[in-house]
Amino acid sequence: MAVEFTSPSATELLDLYFIEYRAKLLDLAAFFDRIDRYDGKEQAQADFRYKSLLEMLDLISCGENRVKNILISLSDPTLVAIADSEATAKASGAWRGAG
Amino acid sequence: MIIDPHIHMVSRTTDDYSALALHGIRVITEPSFWPGYDRKTSESFKDYFEHLTEVEPARASKFGISHYCWIGLNPKEAVDTELAREVMKLLPEYLDRPTVLGSGGIGLNRNSRNEVAVLEWHLELAAQRDDLVLVHTPHLEDKLKGTRLIMDAIRNESRLDPKRVLIDHAEEHTVEAIRNRGFWAGVTLYPLSKCSPARAVDILETFGCENIWLDSAADWGVSDPLAITKAADEMRRRGFDENKIARILYENPAAFLGQSPHFQLPC
Repeated sequence: MAVEFTSPSATELLDLYFIEYRAKLLDLAAFFDRIDRYDGKEQAQADFRYKSLLEMLDLISCGENRVKNILISLSDPTLVAIADSEATAKASGAWRGAG
Repeated sequence: MIIDPHIHMVSRTTDDYSALALHGIRVITEPSFWPGYDRKTSESFKDYFEHLTEVEPARASKFGISHYCWIGLNPKEAVDTELAREVMKLLPEYLDRPTVLGSGGIGLNRNSRNEVAVLEWHLELAAQRDDLVLVHTPHLEDKLKGTRLIMDAIRNESRLDPKRVLIDHAEEHTVEAIRNRGFWAGVTLYPLSKCSPARAVDILETFGCENIWLDSAADWGVSDPLAITKAADEMRRRGFDENKIARILYENPAAFLGQSPHFQLPC
C-alpha cells in the first residue's frame, strides 16, 4: 500500500523530532562542559566565539525568527569592503567585533 | 528528473556520478571554484577551464548525465589583481563554449576591496555579453555584509537584469532581501557551514518557492552530492506533494538555466 504524506501538525512534528533535537541540545551542553573542564578554559571562555554561542541561547528562548536573528547576531554588521591585508584569516562563524 | 545546479564534479569520484544517476539527478551545473590552494599562474586557470568544458562533460555523459559549467575567477583567488587581470583575458574564449552557461562562481569571500574590484570586472563583462550570472556569497559571519555588497555592485551595473542573476548560498538572513531585489536565490545544502535539508525546507515554507533553487555545492570538502534528494525526503515528510517537489528540484532550476541559449534539457 502506498504511503501518503500529509502535512503534519505541530504536535506531530514535536513527536517526530523531539528526541533528535534533545540530543543536539545535550551535545551543545556537553561542548561547553568539555571546554570548561580542560586546561586553558579561562582563555577559551574569554574567546568571542564562546561568548557569542552562549549569547545565542537567549535568542532561542525568546520569540520568532530565531534562526534569522541568530545569523544576524553572528554577522559582521559593517557595510564597507575591508583592506585586502585584513582579509587573510578564514571566516570563524562569529563576528570578532562583537566580542 | 532532478537538477543539481551547483556541484563540483572535478572533486568527486565516478562512484558519485553513479549515485547521482541512480537517484535521478540527470542534469548538473558546475561553477568555477577554488581548488583548496591558490593557483600561481593564469595557465593553471586555463587548464582548469579546459577540464570544466571538455573532460567533465565527457565523464558525466558516460553516466547519462548532462554537465554544464560556469566560468569565472572565484573570489578567493581574486585578491591578486595582477593575476586576476590575466585570467579575465582568458574568459571570453571559454564563455563561448557550448556547455558554458555564463559567468560564475564569481562573488565575494572575505569582502575585501580587491574582491569587489574583480567582481565588478566580471559584472561588466557579463553585461557586455548578456551572460547569465551565478554569484557565490561569503561564508559564515561575512555572508550578510557580502550579500549586500554584491547586490549593490550588481545594481551599479544597470545593464544586468536581476532575473538573470542567481545569488547562491542564501540563508534565513539573506534570502528575503535577495528575492525582494528581483534576483534568484540559491539555497545550499552543505554540512556545518550552510543549510541542512530541514532548514532548507523551512526556508521554502517560510519564504515560498518562487525564484529559488536548492543545490548541494558538493566539492572536495565534507559535503554530500545527494543532499538535494535528502531535502526531497524532508519535503515529503512535511506533506509537499510530488508536483511541488518537482517544481523546486527541476522546474525552478530549469527555468533559470533555460535563460542561457546553451542550456538544453535532456530528451
